[in-house]
Amino acid sequence: MRDFILKRVAALLLPFIQMYGLYVILHGHVSPGGSFAGGIVVGLAFIAFTTIYGLERGRAKVPEKVTTLVESYGTLWYGMMGMVGVFKGAPFLANKMAGIDLGELGALSSGGLIGLIGLGVGIRVASTMITLFFTMMEEEP
Amino acid sequence: MKLRTLPILFILLLAAYVVLVAVAELPPYGMSGNPVQNQVSEGYIENAWEETGVLNMITAIVLDYRAYDTMFETIVLFTAVLAVIITLKTTEKEGGGK
Repeated sequence: MRDFILKRVAALLLPFIQMYGLYVILHGHVSPGGSFAGGIVVGLAFIAFTTIYGLERGRAKVPEKVTTLVESYGTLWYGMMGMVGVFKGAPFLANKMAGIDLGELGALSSGGLIGLIGLGVGIRVASTMITLFFTMMEEEP
Repeated sequence: MKLRTLPILFILLLAAYVVLVAVAELPPYGMSGNPVQNQVSEGYIENAWEETGVLNMITAIVLDYRAYDTMFETIVLFTAVLAVIITLKTTEKEGGGK
């Protein structure tokens, strides 16, 4: 935990790891990967930060309020995306059937609701990993 | 005790024989005429691009065709986190906190 080299290497690498995780989440529908894999990468970046720099500084990066909010509203975000179909007069979680413009094939904005749902699921998975890790780390002696 | 193991052994061997016969009847893996290669996968491969507008077919299935499944998968994650928090989280109100 007090290792100088480990801290410097983590400080160099972790931003890129997080950027890569966000990239995998956002490009889940146009490239290999997906929201689950990207969410795991983002969550593991925070977990690596916490294991290297200690629990206090890790908690400062991701406060408990943030993880609680994301935990609670991640699934609700998915449900809200599903309700878009209902408000447009189509079944729950409908995408093309609801008349949403699917965009150009291969573009980042393609797929209608799929990108938004994937973003929600990715952030949700990252928050799940972080919450599980912090809850197990914070065990009072 | 020794006498009781014999019928059990016989029943187990019989069950193993039945299972092995059933496995031997399976079609070879990856053949084009298998029942797995039915119109469902063909439908996905041919229509996924037009129906979802997404290049990654896995994402098309996970987040569009099987969107209900993924939604309850996130609820499974939520339940797992809830169980861990209920089991491990120590309340800071009683005991004075940090």
